[in-house]
Amino acid sequence: MGTIRRVLRRGFELIERPFDRLFGPALNPVAQLGALGFFFFWIVAVSGIYLFIFFDTGIERAYQSVEHLTTDHWFHAGVMRSLHRYASDLMVVMLVVHVLRQFAYDQYRGVRWFSWVTGVPLIFLLYASGITGYWLVWDRLAHYVALVSSELLDWLPIFGEPIARNFISTGTLTSRFFTLMVFMHIAVPLFLLFGMWIHILRISRPKVNPPRLLAVLSLLAVVGVALWKPAVSQGHVDLARAPVEVGLDWFYLPLYPLTDSWGKGAVWGFLGAFFVIIGMMPWLPPLRRAKPAEVDLAHCNGCARCAEDCPYEAIRMVPRTDSMAFLTEAQVNASLCVSCGICMGACPSSSPFRRTEELRTGIDLPDHSLKALRERALAAAAALPEAPRVLTLACEHGGAAQQPGVVALPCVAMAPPSLIDFILSRDLADGVAVAGCAESACYHRLGVDWTRQRFAGERDPYLRARVPRERIALIWTSALATRQFERELADFRARIAAPPHMAPRRQAAPIVPASVQNGTSAPAAAAEEVPS
Amino acid sequence: MITPLRICGQLVVIAALFATVAVFADWPVYRQTPPGTGIVMLSFVHGADRRAECRRLSPEEIAKLPPNMRRAQDCPRGRRPLYVELDVGDQVAYRAALPPTGIAGDGPSRVYQRFVLPAGQYDVAVRMRDTPRPEGFDHERMGRVALGPDQMFVIDFRSESGGFVFR
Repeated sequence: MGTIRRVLRRGFELIERPFDRLFGPALNPVAQLGALGFFFFWIVAVSGIYLFIFFDTGIERAYQSVEHLTTDHWFHAGVMRSLHRYASDLMVVMLVVHVLRQFAYDQYRGVRWFSWVTGVPLIFLLYASGITGYWLVWDRLAHYVALVSSELLDWLPIFGEPIARNFISTGTLTSRFFTLMVFMHIAVPLFLLFGMWIHILRISRPKVNPPRLLAVLSLLAVVGVALWKPAVSQGHVDLARAPVEVGLDWFYLPLYPLTDSWGKGAVWGFLGAFFVIIGMMPWLPPLRRAKPAEVDLAHCNGCARCAEDCPYEAIRMVPRTDSMAFLTEAQVNASLCVSCGICMGACPSSSPFRRTEELRTGIDLPDHSLKALRERALAAAAALPEAPRVLTLACEHGGAAQQPGVVALPCVAMAPPSLIDFILSRDLADGVAVAGCAESACYHRLGVDWTRQRFAGERDPYLRARVPRERIALIWTSALATRQFERELADFRARIAAPPHMAPRRQAAPIVPASVQNGTSAPAAAAEEVPS
Repeated sequence: MITPLRICGQLVVIAALFATVAVFADWPVYRQTPPGTGIVMLSFVHGADRRAECRRLSPEEIAKLPPNMRRAQDCPRGRRPLYVELDVGDQVAYRAALPPTGIAGDGPSRVYQRFVLPAGQYDVAVRMRDTPRPEGFDHERMGRVALGPDQMFVIDFRSESGGFVFR
């Protein structure tokens, strides 16, 4: 499984790099697959409602009404038909690539099992929506789809009379059949939408809308394709003739030809095995989890920044349970916590300047505590070679994770901005490189955004204004892009090697616990920062 | 820096990707059967006679039954298998004993078989046995069929029409 994942990941990174260059990380369509899936759903829904105005349910009238809107009203209804068709196909493409990408980046195990498992029925519902739609056109392709679909259903020992018999001779099919199909073609997509809502329930700030520019470009592109290659019918159904030659929609119907070569039992077996395996994948094997974040009420002032920043909705604010004079306190749902540490980076108490006897913060990771982080930073800084000394805080999912001498973190947003201030003001290094995942493929989804916003002073906790920005580098590279990381790091080293930025090396001030100094410790906020 | 030229480039790339999707929306064409062939479909649903005749219960047997379930006859639910043969030309294309459907075996038997044949003239004979008779057939029909390319020739059975129907 791991080898397949690595190969796929390499493939995705090769594809995404040129997209990143052309579109930029924020607009990269490969990083917006879920949002584009939603976007195409709405195109399909709106165009479908429009087409329903023209559609007539009847054996003869169904085909005639579709032909009427395709040819006589091509400039609006015909275009809508093509939009309906191609946006549906694009939904399948988005779904397949989305699934593969989540697998490639290992974003489906652990607490993410919920989104993965609730996504599995969406595959079935999307295909059921599309296939019922093809029946409605009642052209030769519809005849083929009706025959093969019903033959597949007849293989199951459920129905007394073969359903397929309705589609091999005239006189057995009534117009009510189209009423039933219209009902199914509306009901199944509604279930699909409901399933999509459940799919994103546990995701904090889910991307259900692509960036506006990407949405506009996608809409323009699909309209352009609709005009260039309008979706048309494949001739009226003649039940006396077998629909032996059809232009298949290979996105929705790739298994249909297999019923001829494999047999229907094998196709059912394949589908059953596919859904069972894909449904169990989050546990094949299960993700090993570090201990979840823990709240230390003595250092929590209920500011809610951790709850705001958590990408997994694992933290909620509840009424205070101790005697502190704050309204709320953070509460961690251990079953949702992935131990990314973003909450620790968001906590205003997470200041390495603090001089408490044992460095504590409001919310901490037992396996990657703030105290351990400070110690690792100090150790790594002490081992830095001669000037320019660059200390790298690296995401363990990014391109710098395996580099020697870096301080690896579950996510770079785990590093509180005050840690950067601490490193530079204490002259532990001449520069700090914060090396995260690729911008468009952040493992913890929001780590890149939160880090940038904190450093830019747009999100609490801010990186203090006194910190010289020219001595900080943000490097976003994927796990396989180690050379790119080395190149960007070398550029950064060259930049800070210039004399104006080379601060004279000073002796770092010892960190003396505050309790030793005055016997007190602040419950929150970086109250005991040492000015540089 | 977002420039009009860059946006145009982005649009071209997206449109090219979408156009590729549109191409595979109905291409390549799939052909289910070889050119110059037609399909003979043997498909019908019919229930054979019951597995055994109804038997008149003796007064003792009736007395043993609960008062609300007493009846004069005992009629087994299960049906016999349906025996069907189809000859196309001088060859046996299909020969099967079709079991009844249903958990209790009391439903009708069903058949849905397709035969892909080169287009041409064929002598077709279809026979069916649905009674306890040990040999011979209860329903039979023969005919000459001109099977055209891609034609679907259906052999059905409708008891209300008197037996086998060729369409």
